[in-house]
Amino acid sequence: MEDNRVIKTKDVNFYYGKFRALTDISMDFEKNRVTALIGPSGCGKSTLLRLLNRMNDLIDGTRVEGEVLFEGKNIYDPEVDPVEIRRRIGMVFQKPNPFPKSIFSNITYGPRLAGLSDRVELEALAEQSLKQAVLWDEVKDILGQSAMMLSGGQQQRLCIARALAMKPDVLLMDEPTSALDPISTAKIEELIQDLKRQYTIIIVTHNMQQAARISDKTGFFYIGKLIEYSATEKIFTRPDVKQTEDYITGRFG
Amino acid sequence: MALQSSMRWRYLKEGFFFGLVRLSAFVITAALGGLLFYIFFNGLGAISWGFLTLPPTDSMTKGGIMPAILGTVYLTLGAIAIALPLGITSAIYLTEYARQGPLVRVIRIGVNCLAGVPSIVFGLFGLGLFVVFLQFGSCILSGALTLGILILPTIIGASEEALKGVPQTFREASLALGVSKWQTIYRIVLPSAMPGILTGSILGIGRAAGETAPIMFTAAAFFTAKLPSSIFDEVMALPFHIYVLATAGTHIEATRPIQFGTVLVLVGLVLVVDLVAIIIRSTIRKRKRW
Ligand SMILES: Nc1ncnc2c1ncn2[C@@H]1O[C@H](COP(=O)(O)OP(=O)(O)OP(=O)(O)O)[C@@H](O)[C@H]1O
Ligand SMILES: [Mg+2]
Repeated sequence: MEDNRVIKTKDVNFYYGKFRALTDISMDFEKNRVTALIGPSGCGKSTLLRLLNRMNDLIDGTRVEGEVLFEGKNIYDPEVDPVEIRRRIGMVFQKPNPFPKSIFSNITYGPRLAGLSDRVELEALAEQSLKQAVLWDEVKDILGQSAMMLSGGQQQRLCIARALAMKPDVLLMDEPTSALDPISTAKIEELIQDLKRQYTIIIVTHNMQQAARISDKTGFFYIGKLIEYSATEKIFTRPDVKQTEDYITGRFG
Repeated sequence: MALQSSMRWRYLKEGFFFGLVRLSAFVITAALGGLLFYIFFNGLGAISWGFLTLPPTDSMTKGGIMPAILGTVYLTLGAIAIALPLGITSAIYLTEYARQGPLVRVIRIGVNCLAGVPSIVFGLFGLGLFVVFLQFGSCILSGALTLGILILPTIIGASEEALKGVPQTFREASLALGVSKWQTIYRIVLPSAMPGILTGSILGIGRAAGETAPIMFTAAAFFTAKLPSSIFDEVMALPFHIYVLATAGTHIEATRPIQFGTVLVLVGLVLVVDLVAIIIRSTIRKRKRW
């Protein structure tokens, strides 16, 4: 099966109780590409992202209709273990959320619980992940210190490193730079460009330039619907739908 | 002009309420201090090495209270050993696993009601269930189980509060790494909640050590010089000993100093338990800070 579409959603509706947050979402995400999700606040970007690694399961009273196929298998099939899905589809949150543990333990927490126990391997993994997240030089001498002492930007890169340490296939990022200064933001954008060689990245952002800079494809959402989805360049230069154009040019309202 | 006077009025009001708050804090501290001082002042005379290490003699008018100290320690430790694991697991179920709905609400109300039930009711319940029905007899096991049930609501409540206080982002971060729910609770949520659980449980522990009614029918002996050799033995206990000396003895007036001495030892014991819990808490907190 020569298919580079790792994740496919098919006619997905999503409900918080009676409230329908997503309507008829059918969308393919391509391997080794960066896909950006944009749209006004409350349009369902985070909901969709959390749907892709079953994080919405944590919220009582939610319901999914339709299919979310990961490598051809519906991840909402009853026999699918969400833990296994989350191991392969990692996530970085909007607010940095390191554990109140040392930097080293933050990185090795996941792999350790997944069964890796060899100290040397863990150390190598920590170094590799921290280097990937461009944090290694800043923390290599303080790996034993609490992660809570790092700055916000460093914490966010630590969270990225922590997600990378699980060696996922897909990385979901929900506004990963919204709490960061321009320098940290630039570092993380650069990092995303690097990472797409190995990973499939889906990123939610409110920053139009960011979407334009780093993504290959962009989807525009409005009130729970996917309004337009195509190559980033097309979306930002000659979108098909008037709503998309209005939003991108800031004439929305 | 009007503005100024309204500002002054506001300052006055603020000063008044601040004073009120300060006064009530002062009253509480003074009451507690006075109580402790009173016990200390009256009880200190009775305290000696012999008092702490010898059994009572001469129909409990002389000698020490060692069996009662030991009994209370056993009963309290037993109650903690029963209630802490049970209480924490119940709280984990209620906050982390149970679907939040009517059933859980009913359970919560039940737990809260249980906390308000008079302790003598627990005593009778323990008598009926453990002593008579299960035929444990009046012994450490029955007493510890009864006290354990008595303090269970406190511990469940404290644990629930502490668990709810753990930021949801910790759980999400862990689960998003493909860590199972149980591992997440065990590795991330519980360690973060532990200081809170211990703080809240101190109350329960102090109560277990100090209650008389629940152990009266289930564990406490009027007098026994013999030290318990198993959990199926009766024991003396400090609160019950005080009760006996102060009401049922033949020399109530003559044993006043011993009564106060026993009270002082009981209070001291509870304070030591509190202190240990506080130390454990602060070391954990120092290690895990967020
Ligand atoms: N836990 C929840 N319970 C009920 N409704 C929710 C919940 N989370 C989100 N919603 C609703 O679902 C809709 C989509 O929310 P979502 O968080 O996906 O928006 P978003 O596009 O990520 O917005 P933002 O850009 O502000 O992050 C909103 O109307 C929101 O009110
Ligand atoms: Mg969002």
